[in-house]
Amino acid sequence: MSAARLLLVPLDAAPELTVTEWRIALERLLRDDDGRVVTLFGTPNDERITITAVVEQGGSELRALRTVVERDVGYHALTPEFPALHCFERELHEQHGVRIAGHPWLKPVRFEVTGSKGRDAYPFYEIEGKEVHEVAVGPIHAGVIEPGSFRFMCLGERVHHLEIHLGYQHRGVEKLLLARDPRSLAPLVETIAGDTSIAHTWAYAAAIEALAGMAVPHEIDAARGAMLELERIAMHLAGLAGLAADVGFLQGASSYGRLRTTAINTSMRLCGSRFGRGAIRPGGSGTTLGAGPDLAEATNGAFTSTDLLRNLKLLSDDVAIIDDRFSSARTVQHRLRGVGAVPSALAREIGLVGLAARASGVPCDLRTRAGGVYEHHPIEACVEPDGDCWARARIRIAEIRRSLAWLSSVADAHPRWEAARPRIGALAPRQLVVAMTEGWRGEVVHALETDGGGGLARYKVQDPSFRNWLGLALAVRENEISDFPICNKSFDLSYCGSDL
Amino acid sequence: MLKALRVRASQGTQYITDLRKAVPHGFRGRPRISTTPCKEGCDACVKACPTDAIALAPFRLDLGTCVFCAECVEACPEGKLAFTADPRMGAATREALVVTEGPDRIDPVLTSRSLASVFGRSLRLRQVSAGGCNGCELELNALSNVNFDLQRYGIEWVASPRHADALVVTGPLTKNMADAVRLAWDAMPDPRFLVAFGACAISGGLYADAPGVDRSFFAEVTPVLYVPGSPPHPLTFVHAILDLLGIE
Repeated sequence: MSAARLLLVPLDAAPELTVTEWRIALERLLRDDDGRVVTLFGTPNDERITITAVVEQGGSELRALRTVVERDVGYHALTPEFPALHCFERELHEQHGVRIAGHPWLKPVRFEVTGSKGRDAYPFYEIEGKEVHEVAVGPIHAGVIEPGSFRFMCLGERVHHLEIHLGYQHRGVEKLLLARDPRSLAPLVETIAGDTSIAHTWAYAAAIEALAGMAVPHEIDAARGAMLELERIAMHLAGLAGLAADVGFLQGASSYGRLRTTAINTSMRLCGSRFGRGAIRPGGSGTTLGAGPDLAEATNGAFTSTDLLRNLKLLSDDVAIIDDRFSSARTVQHRLRGVGAVPSALAREIGLVGLAARASGVPCDLRTRAGGVYEHHPIEACVEPDGDCWARARIRIAEIRRSLAWLSSVADAHPRWEAARPRIGALAPRQLVVAMTEGWRGEVVHALETDGGGGLARYKVQDPSFRNWLGLALAVRENEISDFPICNKSFDLSYCGSDL
Repeated sequence: MLKALRVRASQGTQYITDLRKAVPHGFRGRPRISTTPCKEGCDACVKACPTDAIALAPFRLDLGTCVFCAECVEACPEGKLAFTADPRMGAATREALVVTEGPDRIDPVLTSRSLASVFGRSLRLRQVSAGGCNGCELELNALSNVNFDLQRYGIEWVASPRHADALVVTGPLTKNMADAVRLAWDAMPDPRFLVAFGACAISGGLYADAPGVDRSFFAEVTPVLYVPGSPPHPLTFVHAILDLLGIE
């Protein structure tokens, strides 16, 4: 079993269900069989659209259910019964014009077809009343961050409803991914969400390897796993630094901030980039340990496993000291506890994934059910019950510790990593492959379909943010508007990863 | 109190004393191109480059489009290209970003007398991301952390374009952000200047041909400073902005 979760389906052998069969099968899986939708997307074929739903059943088995609909006829929305599907159906409607009757709010998720003019057709929800006031934020925010629009409907200081309006970062990633040789897309994939480069590139590489019938050696698998944990540690430290800054706890902001520098500089010693750029390539790796990277010798002595373990120890020791201070500070607890809560049942209903789901008591972590490096070095999911900002901070603290311990055991077992760039053969024609990795925000899903010649017919990218933005919108309801920055930071979602 | 002191003790001294001399060990930075002749008819590096940053005869590498992926190094049979850890790559003109064969010479960004006299002791920056992947945004944020501490030079980020002297754009400039970027620029009082941070902002980078990109703003307003990288290292920005403002 591979370290990335995989599903490979030969399309000619896959049954094409009628819309009714598809719907019944999907409903049964979601309602009765403990299933959840991993992704749902359309592939255009003239006026007909093939819809693929990938379902995970019983927390392990992956299945693809496919049907074909006429664009103008479409099908009846599943969202009213399964709210977790709202974003997929909105996207399906926006990207392919599929008619989806009965969907409560088919607002485009990215305005990729209509552009900014399309926004006028979808004004923000309004609430009438004497006490009501609206607060508009964005698209440019008061900080060095990505753009997005937020509209708060408030009763006094209390947020009654938040509508999040995205798409400002839409570049057209999925179309670009079809324009080049599918085997050399790594530099582009690394920028889908630049703070999640490793998780996205690993999912991409695993998909290409599956299509090319390749297996990667243990060493490369271990190096990828290690880079993924460094990315997680760095971004969790950035999240904690941000949360500390937002509650005015400056010692936390500066301490977590400088520890992140140590984490990303460790990545840089391993692959030449503080963001893991170049670390993963299909079939291979650009990560070296124990041998000098292929850079100018004068400035780069070899970075050995001893150096790596020393950095990990420094991080463990110093993170523990600031964790202790941060967690016990009354000012921090007072600001974070009970704020922005998403109850467990709601998290399941709207299909939250990743750290936000685990903070709401949903034990979902792909690493606990994957093979490869995780078979030899298992890792447990961190779960918190309360679903508030405090829980999302606690998850980060626990995961940093667990990742550091995991990394140390991997570095002990694999003291030498070599870069490798094997040739990738032709990709198998007429296949659907779905590859998933557990990025620091949650599951990253890449679904690729090859055509009859082994080229790509479809490349669906899904960042965890795409599903979790609704979680943020619901988390701030009935909270004070002044707590929004904390709620926002506690989710720390990606705009570009969602906008594509 | 005791816990706070323990944090203080573990923190030690974190700021980089001399940013001009700091070496980012392991960083894939400024490329060096040897004079080794290319194999007859070989264009492996050109084909491997995802952003068409390389031109042959004579050999030229455009740092404004390069994403430092090192695919060219991997592809070259002659070992003609290598990346060094040198972060000094910023330039005041688009042409100065082109690296040619032979011994490397670092051209510091020419000091602008007019900008130095107005902003040399105090500069306020407003950043706008327009399709940036959060790589550039995180590196710009890192400039104000305790390590880089850019505020020591009187350079700081501000929330409103009304308070800003320079606009730092990241990302290839998406259609859906085109209006907002113009609004931000128009809201800034004179004198003001534009900085393009990262390959996407400088040239479109990997997204030059993307369907959701509209770069017409850059046709109207020319950046005064280009900071290459994907994302650029904070030190690349430090060298470039200090040179531009004539700060030692």
